[in-house]
Amino acid sequence: MNINDIYLISPEISLVCLGLLLLLLDLVWKKKEFFPYVVFWGLFLPIILSVVLWSDLNKEISAELTGINGALIVDKFSIYFKLIVLGALGLVVLTSTDYLEKLRDQSGEFLPLMLFSATGMMLLVSASELITLYVSLELTTLPLIALIGFMRDAKSSEAALKFLILSGISSALLLYGMVLVWGFSGSTYLTVIASVVESQANSGIPFGSYALLLGTILVLAGFAFKISAVPFHMWVPDIYEGGTTPVVAFLSVASKAAAFAVLLRVFYVGFGSLELEWSLLFAVLSAFSMTLGNLVAMVQTNAKRLLGYSTIAHAGYMLIGLAAVASRIDGDHLSSGPGSLLFYLAAYGVTNLAAFFAVIAISRKINSDRIEDFVGMGRKAPLQAMVLTTGLISLIGLPPTGIFIGKIMLFTSAVDSGLTWLAVLGVVNSVVSAYYYLRVVRIMYTSETGSKETDCATTGPKLALVASAVMVVVLGIFPGILTGVADAAAMTLLP
Amino acid sequence: MEPFTGILTLAVFTPLAGAVLILFAARKDSVIRLIALSVTLFDLILSGMIFVVFDESSSQRFQMIDRFEWFSSQAINVTYQMGIDGLSAPLVLLTGLLGFVAVLASWKISLRVKEYFVWILVLQTAVMGVFTSLDFILFFVFWELELIPMYFLISIWGTGRKEYSAMKFVMFTFLGSAFMLVGIIALYISPDVRHFDMIILAENSVMGIQSIVPITLIFWFFLIGFLVKLPTIPVHTWLPDAHTDAPTAVSILLAGVLLKMGGYGILRIIVGMFPNTTIDNAGIFAVLAVVSILYGAVLTIRQTDLKRLIAYSSVSHMGLVLLGVASVGFIDTDFMGAGLTGASMQLFTHGTISALLFLTVGLIYDRAKTRHIPDLGGLSRTIPIISGSMIIAGLASLGLPGMSGFVSEILVFLGSFKGFPVITGLSVFGVVLAAGYILWMFERSLFGPTKQRFSQIADASLIECIPLVLLAITILGIGIYPAIIVDVFESGIDPITALLTR
Repeated sequence: MNINDIYLISPEISLVCLGLLLLLLDLVWKKKEFFPYVVFWGLFLPIILSVVLWSDLNKEISAELTGINGALIVDKFSIYFKLIVLGALGLVVLTSTDYLEKLRDQSGEFLPLMLFSATGMMLLVSASELITLYVSLELTTLPLIALIGFMRDAKSSEAALKFLILSGISSALLLYGMVLVWGFSGSTYLTVIASVVESQANSGIPFGSYALLLGTILVLAGFAFKISAVPFHMWVPDIYEGGTTPVVAFLSVASKAAAFAVLLRVFYVGFGSLELEWSLLFAVLSAFSMTLGNLVAMVQTNAKRLLGYSTIAHAGYMLIGLAAVASRIDGDHLSSGPGSLLFYLAAYGVTNLAAFFAVIAISRKINSDRIEDFVGMGRKAPLQAMVLTTGLISLIGLPPTGIFIGKIMLFTSAVDSGLTWLAVLGVVNSVVSAYYYLRVVRIMYTSETGSKETDCATTGPKLALVASAVMVVVLGIFPGILTGVADAAAMTLLP
Repeated sequence: MEPFTGILTLAVFTPLAGAVLILFAARKDSVIRLIALSVTLFDLILSGMIFVVFDESSSQRFQMIDRFEWFSSQAINVTYQMGIDGLSAPLVLLTGLLGFVAVLASWKISLRVKEYFVWILVLQTAVMGVFTSLDFILFFVFWELELIPMYFLISIWGTGRKEYSAMKFVMFTFLGSAFMLVGIIALYISPDVRHFDMIILAENSVMGIQSIVPITLIFWFFLIGFLVKLPTIPVHTWLPDAHTDAPTAVSILLAGVLLKMGGYGILRIIVGMFPNTTIDNAGIFAVLAVVSILYGAVLTIRQTDLKRLIAYSSVSHMGLVLLGVASVGFIDTDFMGAGLTGASMQLFTHGTISALLFLTVGLIYDRAKTRHIPDLGGLSRTIPIISGSMIIAGLASLGLPGMSGFVSEILVFLGSFKGFPVITGLSVFGVVLAAGYILWMFERSLFGPTKQRFSQIADASLIECIPLVLLAITILGIGIYPAIIVDVFESGIDPITALLTR
């Protein structure tokens, strides 16, 4: 490891240092309520370092910087995802100030665990070698298990145990798949795998060999757990309902984005020559995820479970971006799928955070997360209700919100690569989803019970609430601020 | 240098600015009403100016263009492009007029005043935007923007099964527009297109375009969206529910301008951009038209709720738009011109007529507390101004010569007769039925002996008179001198007929 390596992973290093600093501070500083703000301001360091790396990439001739013997790649693609993870972390930390007051005695561990998990995600999106990838994934998952069970009540512990077991299974699948891929190609480096795969692509067998086919499917299954795609979605509703909610919000945005980043990198870089073969796998996963997610969401009575199924459905929409590869129609223009997906992920990130923050605030206020108890929130908690409405309208995919633009882009990519049927299924699913999202909005606004109450929300959560909602709308009105960056990031993946 | 005059942008976004102002700055109900009124009055004056300044004899088809690049990505490049031609200029005027009327009609709203006017103004922006945008994505943005305000307006301020009706409205419209989105995308990905520019497509149509998705399929994707919005039988069922349960002002906007979005889409996109496919499917338009006209009229006759009656009559009257479109079945510039001009004229006249009808029904309901026709009677003696306005609108609606409804109906029938004589003949019978249900409604609700409990009700107040008079003058004025609108529409239809006969 030389000085250049340290520079390349400086955002991760600074994040770990921040976590360690917090652990030390916990011993000496009694005013725990300031910790989230320490983290929030501390996060600017990795963010600035990431931006510096991005500007370095603009100057360099090559599109990527590799370090640690080629195990990690720093390119625009990975920096884009690192910024998503850091942004989500910042907002979630602001929101968790209320939660930390509840668990005074162990609040010192909460934030460092979040930081370590985020570090794992940041390494994950940079990994270009299977072992590094696996280790980063475990670094992401293990702190999350502890965090989900942090409330230490029955529901929370059950959720943590479920998450532990299912993560274990998915890691096992992933590892087995990786072993097969390694056995087939003789290397754990994605670029080497790519050249071996390409040399055997035309042997008549799908993926060139059955071992590779099985390996690929197992790797896909492992990550399908992480992105909560059907049929690997069973853990989602229970953990969303029972887990520590700010952690779940973080999980649903950052962890999902990181998993999508890995999927994109593994499949575009490692198996790029087989894109026509795996794109159909993604198309089928996508179709099942959005349809099942939306249909089951219709009958939910708990707001957090509803968001859980909604996140499954949105994993389906996002998979369209992976299924939309270029060469199905003609090879003369590059696929717009990854670029659209990257934009969508950011739009979905702020939207889902806005929705989660609002649900957290409302359910704290009324001590219930049943949708029918949200009655009259339009008056009792106007700010929270407005943010939740903004989030839900964005989740439906109506203007003027980020997901509206993201959906148009994703569906265009799908039709562009010959998957018109998938786009039609996507739009019909959006219509279905309007039914259950609007039901929540209706309950909050239509009945006029209760008097106007003073807003008791504290500054941190309120700030996160407003910031995420504003970003949802800004992305819907000025998508141009992100589309260029997202496309530049996606371009580094495409040949 | 991109052209940017800014007039249309101003007309579209002024109501939205008003909504933001109300949301953040206004507290007292009276201030909120005043802001809403002045914003919509400004918009009315502005749209009137736009209509006057629009030069229908100019060789430039699209005028007052605002254009700049909105955003671009690997997947799509979107331009913010607005402009009007002869087809949209009168509809912009109509939107301005009805926005003002709607605010006056909501003067007595006392429930959650702030939110109400915010949504009404957002709705106004959405509709205005649909008629002026000339980029498919922008068009789609405004098309979808109208859903949320409508959902809130019906489900909070409505009556009866309001939540069910609001959801039904959203589901139907959203499903239709979802297909429209696929159509837009399918058109965009064709190697020859790769843009969302509606001006280029309106001038060249899709003829000769190498398309990856079959053109006929794209045509149907678009058409489904517009037919739901128009609405036509069998996808009309959301309309009576939404109308019956919506508050008066929302009914006015719904019948007056929102349905016109469907008709506008058919004329601008279906006929204007898919001329060959439209000609091939003229028979389908004719059949849908006659079914909507006759079945709609038959359903109307047996309604006993005033609002539901007018709602069903809208289904019947919007069938005339489809009949006008069906006139493309006979390839002749004059007949097509008459039919299509009649169809566009029907959009405008039905907009004003149905607005006046819903307004008077709203006023009657306000006073009599019932819309059940058998419970009413003899209202013309106690509330002569309201009844008189209703009679003007009703007579115009049944196509009495000298009123605006007559102009559009005669043009439609003239246009479609050559191509579909039997169907046109049957459709004319729809007008007879219209005379039946309108006059019978008058007889049962306005004439006859005055019921005891209606003897004390007050006639329209001064503020309620303004929209009544404004709409009545428009209806009579166009009936007497139709050229003021017809000429403008013709200038918009001419390039379309030129494409159809090419």
